Amino acid sequence: MKRMLSFVKKEFLLILRDKRTMLILLGLPVVMILIFGFAISDDVRNVDVAYYAHRENILIVKVMERIGANETFNLVGRCGSLREAEDALLSGEADIVVCFDDEFGAQQPIQGKTASVEILADASDPNTASTGVAILKNVMSRYYMEHTGNESLINPHTRLLYNPAMESTYNFVPGLMGLILMLVCAMMTSIAIVREKETGTMEVLLVSPTKAWMILLAKMVPYFVVSCFNLATILLLSVYVLGVPLSGSLAALISVSALYIMLALSIGLFISTVMKTQVTAMLISVITLMLPTMLLSGMIYPCENLPLPLYYFSMIVPARWYIVVVKKLMIEGLPFIAVAKETLVILAMFVVMLALGVKKFNDRLE
Amino acid sequence: MTGLGVEIKGVVKKYGTLKAVDDVSLRVSPGELFGIIGPDGAGKSTLFRMIATLLLPDSGKITIGDRDVVGDYRDVRSVLGYMPGKFSLYQDLTVRENLDFYASVFGTTVGENYHFISDIYRMLKPFEKRLARHLSGGMKQKLALCCSLIHRPQVLLLDEPTTGVDPVSRYEFWEILKRLSADGMTIIVSTPYMDEAYKCSRMAMMIGGKVIKEGTPDDIIAGYNGKLWKVSGREVYGMLLAVKAYCGVVSCDSFGDSLHVVVRDDIEGLRSYLREKGYDDVTVEATKPTVEDCFIELVRDGCSDR
Repeated sequence: MKRMLSFVKKEFLLILRDKRTMLILLGLPVVMILIFGFAISDDVRNVDVAYYAHRENILIVKVMERIGANETFNLVGRCGSLREAEDALLSGEADIVVCFDDEFGAQQPIQGKTASVEILADASDPNTASTGVAILKNVMSRYYMEHTGNESLINPHTRLLYNPAMESTYNFVPGLMGLILMLVCAMMTSIAIVREKETGTMEVLLVSPTKAWMILLAKMVPYFVVSCFNLATILLLSVYVLGVPLSGSLAALISVSALYIMLALSIGLFISTVMKTQVTAMLISVITLMLPTMLLSGMIYPCENLPLPLYYFSMIVPARWYIVVVKKLMIEGLPFIAVAKETLVILAMFVVMLALGVKKFNDRLE
Repeated sequence: MTGLGVEIKGVVKKYGTLKAVDDVSLRVSPGELFGIIGPDGAGKSTLFRMIATLLLPDSGKITIGDRDVVGDYRDVRSVLGYMPGKFSLYQDLTVRENLDFYASVFGTTVGENYHFISDIYRMLKPFEKRLARHLSGGMKQKLALCCSLIHRPQVLLLDEPTTGVDPVSRYEFWEILKRLSADGMTIIVSTPYMDEAYKCSRMAMMIGGKVIKEGTPDDIIAGYNGKLWKVSGREVYGMLLAVKAYCGVVSCDSFGDSLHVVVRDDIEGLRSYLREKGYDDVTVEATKPTVEDCFIELVRDGCSDR
């Protein structure tokens, strides 16, 4: 036990004195939460809208005012000609140009002729274009209804029925927890063990009566503590900065998260038994952990949308199960029993990975 | 304290097709200070790692006392002190923290065995709070030695402990080793420096994975076959080139400020040759060979045998 304690103490000292690693360990979750929470979300904002009308009239000005008042759009001005409108799109001055024809809002509409509006959108960013156009149509038809009392001729797009800004933050938090905990635990543990191989200290540790499992366990303890700290950071930021509700049982969430952290640690352990240098350990961690965790876990794309082989593959991505747990416990507020299946899967993965890692850990150099 | 003997029998270690250690057999008696001398790439480190239970020999057998390094590796590890060739302490821990850590790894404490390392640790004491990465080369090696001694091993393996260390520290280091061996510890130490051979009670010369000679330093020097001449003069480098160009010369190596020369037949021929070339202040005298001369002769003979 004393031996174990001094191992853990040594490990903590090494982490604390390595300022760069410390910064990554503790800073990464904060930065990622903020980036994903604020910057990367699929809602559309700051769409620059210009308009073109051959002859301007009060209705056009009112419509454009209404558009400019919407938080999605910035009104950038009027184009003198269709040519100018195209230039504005090309140069990026405007993302969308609304073109009104002469009949629109005319004092004496010519009988039998309908007013038409054309919306030009820069679709090089398809998401902004389609969402922007949809919102724009909605704004315009609502104005038209209020103004004339008539049923709108433009059908509002269904996409507007939910608010993307709110939803995306909610969706990212569970995924992000899955990603950050996996990366910090697995990558950092594997690098820490491989580093000892590289610097040669492992050679001395091996030629000692210390058992292999003790060396490994001692490596895992400090990273477990750091990860629990990270878990707290993420939860606090999510709830108090991003406004994600914590509707379920906090105790259940923390318990399953601790289990997930242990799974990640055992994966890191396994990687370290196979890899020889810190660089390869890092690369393998990124390839086998980061990408599947981001792409195949439901973090960004729903797993149900994956092609069948990848769908089955996603079953072995630990984050896939963990994310479901977090969604259910944190956002949907379901009781623990609702995530029993996922928890069991994570537990089974942990046992398997730990067994593999300990078995594979070589107490020789070859 | 009595150390344990180490017996190496017909050990082979291959990396792919390369034989890093090629049929090496050695016997080290308890309490001996045994040197393994050879250039880089001779297979010394591989041999050490096999003795240290870290690598498995492809064939052959190594025993420490009566423990087999493969079958009884756990027992072997508890009697062994091993200092790898690479500096293998934690750079971000202080001197004292490193020592405390290694003491606990081996299930002991610094307090318990302090008297055992006190001679060496006294030199490190003023730097106790310094991070290992900020120590000088000699200090690092002394610390590493302390760490490998803290559990009072019966057999100590030191892989090139003096490489990259200044002459004063090297001298101190060898004095420490001599004391430890006098106290009964078996020490096997490797070095690329020929002049350190004299510090060992016995030694083996290794090259290309093979042991080409084994014995006390005196035995090895006595085994020198040729007649060695020391040629000294003012312009040593010019002379070196001139002697090498002489047809009757077998070998010529610079040795400090003089040359060690072996000639095929009569030395008078070389004397007059040098006089012809304008080196008239040259003194040529018979000299006793050193371990280095023996090594050069052995390598030369080895080459001509092939």
